[in-house]
Amino acid sequence: MIPVLLIVIPLLSGLTSFFLRNEKTVRSSALFFSFITLVISVLGLTVFKNSSELQFQASWMGSIGSSFSIKLDGMGQLLCLLTALAFPLVFISTWNSQYKKANNFFALMLLMQAGLMGVFLAMDALLFYFFWELALIPAYFLCSQWGGERRIAVTFKFFIYTFTGSVLMLVGIIYLYLQTPDRSFDISSFYKLSISGKDQLWLFWLMFVAFAIKMPIWPLHTWQPDTYEESSTAVTMILSGVMVKMGVFGMIRWLMPVLPVAFFQWGDTATWFSIIGMIYASLIAIRQNDLKRLIAYSSIAHIGLMSAALFSETQSGTQGVMIQMFNHGINIIGLWIVAELIERQFGTRKISELGGLAQRSPALAILLVIVALANIGLPLTNGFIGEFMMFNGIFASGVTQYYIVFTVSAGITIILAAVYTLNMIQKVFYGNSNSLTAPGYGMHINEKIALGIIVVFVFVIGVYPKIFLDITRETSEYILRQADVSTFLKR
Amino acid sequence: MMFSSFMLKSKKAIRTIAIGGLLVVLIANILEMSGTVFFKIDVKGMIAFDRFGYLFNSIILASTLIYFLLSAKDMEKVGLNYGEYFALIFFVLCGITLVSSFHSLLILFLGIEIISIPLYILTGSDKKNLKSNEASLKYFLLGAFSTGLMLMGIALIYGSTGTFSTADNVINLSKPSALLIGGMLLLMFSMSFKVSAAPFHFWTPDVYDGAPTVFTSFMATIVKLAAFIAFIRLFYDAFGNIQTQWRLLIALITALTLLIGNITAVFQQSVKRMLAYSSISQAGFMMLAIFAMNTEAKEGLLLYAAAYCLATIGIFAVLVKLKDYSFEGFNGFATHQPVLAAVTTIFLLSLAGIPLTAGFLAKFYMLMAAAETGKYLWLVIFAVLMAVVSVYYYFRVIQAMYFKTGEEQPLEITSVFKWMLVVLAALVILLGIYPKLILYWLYF
Repeated sequence: MIPVLLIVIPLLSGLTSFFLRNEKTVRSSALFFSFITLVISVLGLTVFKNSSELQFQASWMGSIGSSFSIKLDGMGQLLCLLTALAFPLVFISTWNSQYKKANNFFALMLLMQAGLMGVFLAMDALLFYFFWELALIPAYFLCSQWGGERRIAVTFKFFIYTFTGSVLMLVGIIYLYLQTPDRSFDISSFYKLSISGKDQLWLFWLMFVAFAIKMPIWPLHTWQPDTYEESSTAVTMILSGVMVKMGVFGMIRWLMPVLPVAFFQWGDTATWFSIIGMIYASLIAIRQNDLKRLIAYSSIAHIGLMSAALFSETQSGTQGVMIQMFNHGINIIGLWIVAELIERQFGTRKISELGGLAQRSPALAILLVIVALANIGLPLTNGFIGEFMMFNGIFASGVTQYYIVFTVSAGITIILAAVYTLNMIQKVFYGNSNSLTAPGYGMHINEKIALGIIVVFVFVIGVYPKIFLDITRETSEYILRQADVSTFLKR
Repeated sequence: MMFSSFMLKSKKAIRTIAIGGLLVVLIANILEMSGTVFFKIDVKGMIAFDRFGYLFNSIILASTLIYFLLSAKDMEKVGLNYGEYFALIFFVLCGITLVSSFHSLLILFLGIEIISIPLYILTGSDKKNLKSNEASLKYFLLGAFSTGLMLMGIALIYGSTGTFSTADNVINLSKPSALLIGGMLLLMFSMSFKVSAAPFHFWTPDVYDGAPTVFTSFMATIVKLAAFIAFIRLFYDAFGNIQTQWRLLIALITALTLLIGNITAVFQQSVKRMLAYSSISQAGFMMLAIFAMNTEAKEGLLLYAAAYCLATIGIFAVLVKLKDYSFEGFNGFATHQPVLAAVTTIFLLSLAGIPLTAGFLAKFYMLMAAAETGKYLWLVIFAVLMAVVSVYYYFRVIQAMYFKTGEEQPLEITSVFKWMLVVLAALVILLGIYPKLILYWLYF
């Protein structure tokens, strides 16, 4: 029941939002329903843990072996919690933004939530593909209709780029399906596949390209900075906070356990791409003057680290990735909230034109610094937990000979992250204020609440991550068992 | 129907008779599918109606019914002979019935001709328009040429097997004679012409563009699918056993069709011409069914028939109402006509193959069928990459409608028209979630 509600509530509230005319009503109702989704997700995490309520199966296209099968496992719980949490945060923090045709905007946002939930819940490959695309269509309309000047062309590029990856993944899924002994799209059948090593090698790329475009991983990342820059910030929050996790998640659930040999063989290549992407993106972030592009590039760097940790195929690394997906999600949303309100208040995103905000807006400065430090991964913050586990995983990796190089490169990236983040903080908040920023900024209560919630999570997870570790332990162990090449070869 | 044009002056009465007659035929078809027999005629084994044929007929008849309901009024504007247009369409439907259930090459030829000749007339029915005349002549000459090829192919096959029948697995030789291969190739080329597969597609853009838009709608959907059914019946029944001989050739034709159809569509400036080229690229996808030749292919072709017909008839119904057929003509359509823009978007998404629409499942079945053959996986990957290209030109219309501003064009639309389109769009989405609605009938 729970997974059904997680999809149906955003879906229905989204569809009805199209017909609400009053902007205030539609905003409140969107917030209300996204809050209900959050409550359901938390219930699924706490009260209904380990119950049969967490899964749902219905027949759909039985003749080709596809069923409507959704389930909340450990990783799914975490990501659904992220999705359920992200939307109320976005709605709260952008409460004061005006949107033309607000009913369409909120309707599309809620529909996107339904699609995202479906991706994380789907236990059937065709259903997974369905929701993967369904999350994309509202994003296309959202980015094209509201945002900066170049948004139409930029979003088109984003859509076609992502769509290419998706259809290649579709071919991969079809091929895998045809190899299953019982002709079924169900995830358990996919996990029982024993495809020859040779076939796995090219199948890997079909699936990996789709995920690599989504995350994005260098060199398939060129759509991302433009899209993030030109979209309206609320949409960017969801794109970078939740949607990129679809790519990482897809690798964990649908790539690693299904094609273990290829995952192992291509691990080094993929990790090199991730590492190059991390360093490249961090260097570019240092040179950025535009606040949104800086955050966009920093996102590429962080996701690159997650991808590298996945290919290390260690318990610590995999669990670290799962936790970091959640952490990065809320941290980056925090950064986007600050970027949004700076742009809204001062009309510019250029770092060179800002300065000295801390003098008149101490609350904003404090909250931002905490979120930014969480992004870098300072101990006491949630970012540290995820990053430490990932570093541990990469260093302890038994599958690659380059583990030292990888760990050192990842470490350099963290240092670079500190450089551009602290640089940005210093230039924007400290230093001399100019005529533009002199009046300062009194934070609205809704922004304080949103950032406050994020900060709470930052510290709670940073100091007491046990809850998350417990949730993800079983799933990561299971995935790694599936992905183990030696057990695979015995299948 | 034919005589109604003499007897009735009222356009409305003609319309009503046409729709009523079509309903009768459709219901009769569905009843026969479930077992009732109306007439008993000895056809000497030349025609045999199986489930597949019945179901396809039902889809075609239902699509024509929808087409009549949406566009019958627009046919008035084409010329004076209102009743004749309906009569000609009914003749075409008769030919389609023959062609979907033939077991003899003679009937195939007869059916194809019965389909084509009324279409030559319909193409040229806008007598004052030079483009229409040119399109009709072009269609007639090239169509007659391809039918000539077909006849030659049939003659060669008769020469090598001694029979016209396609049913008896007569063509079961492990080493087919050159005569047989020659006949088969000629048939393949002539059928490829009819379905506008590359490199035999050159007539399509000019003919579709020159014909009056209402009739383009009919030709691009219903007639093309009839040709496909003929194609798949011919090759499934007759040449199924010597598949290794022609599979590579079909794969090449498919790839070429997809390539040319999609790439040229990208550069079009007129939505009508873009839809003509898009029909070529959709034909490319349907060719995958002929390439695959298995159960999924048949199911997929039926689903594709339904999805493609519904979506394209819907889009053409909207296009006919517009005066300006260029992409700029759609600018700002969403602000002036939100309902029409929304349904057009759904139709375009279905043609592009986005999940939740019938078009996606249709393409999915095709890809699955093609992948199942285990051969030429490059074709499957090529097909999906071309599908990505198609997204470009379909979405150009969506972008013009929603994200650009333009002047309002005055349109004569009734709310009945809008509601019918909404029902059509709902059907497209319903089929996209629950394809069993159609596929169920294939087996029960």
